[in-house]
Amino acid sequence: MQATLTLLLDGLVYASYLFIVSVGLTIVFGVMKILNVAHGGFYAWGAYAAAYSIGVAAQLGLPDWFGLILIGVSSMCVGLIFGYLIERLILRRLYQHEEVIILLATFGLFLVLEDLILLVFGVNPYFAYQPMVYLGSVELGGIFRDVYSLSLLGLACLVAFVCWYILNRTKWGKILGTVIYDREISLAIGINVTTVYVWTFIIGATLGALGGAYISPTISVAPGISIDVIVLSFAVVVIGGMGSIPGALIGAVMVGMLRALAVHQFPELELFVVFAVMAIVLMIRPEGLFAPAKVRRI
Amino acid sequence: MKKGMLHSGLLALALSAFTGASMVAHSAFADDTFKVAVVSFLTGPAAGPFGEPGRHGAELVIDAINEGTMPAPYDSVGFGGVSIEAMFVDESGGNAKQVAEYRNLIEKQGVDAVLGYISSGSCMAIAPVAEELQTLTVMSVCGTPRLFEGNNWQYTFRTQAHAVADSVAAALYIRDQLGDVKDYTGINQNYAWGQDSWKFFDIAMQKLIPGSSGSDSPQFPKIFAGQYGTEISTLLLEDADLVHSSFWDGDIEAFVLQASVRGFFDKKRFISVAGASAVDNLGKRFPEGTVVGTRGEYGILVREQEGELNEWFINAYRERYGVYPLESSYQYAQTVLALKAAMDKAAAESGDTPNKEQIIAAMKGLEFQSLAGNVSLTLGDGHQAVHPIGYGVTAWDDETDGPKLVDIRIYPTHCLLPPVNQMSEEWLEAAMPGADC
Repeated sequence: MQATLTLLLDGLVYASYLFIVSVGLTIVFGVMKILNVAHGGFYAWGAYAAAYSIGVAAQLGLPDWFGLILIGVSSMCVGLIFGYLIERLILRRLYQHEEVIILLATFGLFLVLEDLILLVFGVNPYFAYQPMVYLGSVELGGIFRDVYSLSLLGLACLVAFVCWYILNRTKWGKILGTVIYDREISLAIGINVTTVYVWTFIIGATLGALGGAYISPTISVAPGISIDVIVLSFAVVVIGGMGSIPGALIGAVMVGMLRALAVHQFPELELFVVFAVMAIVLMIRPEGLFAPAKVRRI
Repeated sequence: MKKGMLHSGLLALALSAFTGASMVAHSAFADDTFKVAVVSFLTGPAAGPFGEPGRHGAELVIDAINEGTMPAPYDSVGFGGVSIEAMFVDESGGNAKQVAEYRNLIEKQGVDAVLGYISSGSCMAIAPVAEELQTLTVMSVCGTPRLFEGNNWQYTFRTQAHAVADSVAAALYIRDQLGDVKDYTGINQNYAWGQDSWKFFDIAMQKLIPGSSGSDSPQFPKIFAGQYGTEISTLLLEDADLVHSSFWDGDIEAFVLQASVRGFFDKKRFISVAGASAVDNLGKRFPEGTVVGTRGEYGILVREQEGELNEWFINAYRERYGVYPLESSYQYAQTVLALKAAMDKAAAESGDTPNKEQIIAAMKGLEFQSLAGNVSLTLGDGHQAVHPIGYGVTAWDDETDGPKLVDIRIYPTHCLLPPVNQMSEEWLEAAMPGADC
């Protein structure tokens, strides 16, 4: 019982982490058809912005809980600034080109964002453990768990609910659905697709930055932290179906639970399991588990 | 027409071959400088804790020797009478990139010798190329014993003892200081360094502490994984009271941050073979009572150690970079000192500026004084270093308001490594014959 509860919690916490870092990627792909490799750069910038601001707050003697607010603020700042600038200055000029050109552009942007980090923050690690220490730990299933990691579950549920609500219960969601269905028809019926694109990209960038910012208190924020994240995010998104938010959620839960099972029972398979799931899903359903239906043009 | 083109082509080929040969012949020691490339991680997760401190260690000692400001026995100006011109190269990007970069350094940049390398993967990839290009290459940090065991490199040297020594010293320290450890487990990165470290530690523990038992399912997360919540749960659920780790770079820092909030260090004894940089980086967040090693007489282990060279290095480093030198600062400086000792020796023997063959002959089997101890190149047919290795326990020093190591024990080389011509793993499995420690 103790082992089962531990495994369940470990799997769900890791799944929450995966969902938060991959949901922005799938939203951008779903709406804009852009495979955004620069998503890893937003994650890294979110982590650095949060770690730096939390460090400054600690030096100024501000309370540790203030770091939780800074996590939200810094991810929004990163998403707004980088999302807006990249969409307006670079991506907008490439929409008429093939998807692979845009993919290469986002890869270039990823490298630029990584180098900008080196330029601005240097190579030494940043630590922002104050929010994690502030929330402390709680005994569950016979072992202590840090409340901060458990709060990832809450954050993932909140992000999933907000996404669902916006897409299904708001006018903005209906507009997005129309743009996803057909960009040209959306233009013809008077939807400002340009605005939809810029806001979608800002939201995607903010979610990527939020992933990095929220994780920053638990890690050593150092150059290169985003490389693994972008690979894992792609795996989750491919499993769930490119562009599907429920798919990202299910993909994250599948990978999270199977990885937890591997670590507990077969540690030597931990590296293998994520990509084994991806390979199996691709063999059975190449479009992913929950890929949105494609328009068939006649 | 075709004949004319053929002649022109042959002429161009002959000219380029002649020019290339001339460049090679004159590349070494031109203008009384010896051109050296120092390779370390300057970007990526390993740059902060290892790459940059390593670069600084090499840079500081090279400048001091060029200027003649180092204490004895390195107080003569230059390296065998010549100055070193150093260029610093990034080790990031994987083995293929490193091999290409190495060729570029030798064939296009005209580098006379290459120093450094942190990753075992880099060292294994570079050694064959160094032989092919016949270039003196002195490695600083990488730990795999396979570099010289089973290979007979002529142009490659390593001034750092390999992973077997770290693991045996760790097991010796546990036997001597912790005593009652019976069950142990581990969390190590899933590549050559992590796998080797666990394997050698496991064998050494069973030979040195009979009746001790290693876990059947030690953890091997991916390097730079960053998230260890599941692994920490698994380790907490195990009965083992000691956890071994060869984590380094940001991984050890992330693990410590995540584990300490969960009370991990209150329940388990923890031994960190290569995580000393995190002691400085995390300060009070690094748990007291952790067993930490620095893979030699380096960094925080010798911070309070007296000695003219060591004190000069610490003070000069702090003055120039504003922080204490870390483990890799010492390791890279040690490599430069080996080159200085070999070039001075070769110059004394030849009575003139030494050439490449004379430097290599002088370096083979070299014994030299490092910053805080002595180093001998006795294994690997005179190419692989042996030196003492120490461990201590972390504590907080209220006087300096910084971390320190207490209960330090330093083990001599004969306790840690096999005799010449014996493979490390065989020596370990045979219960380390000759190591009466």
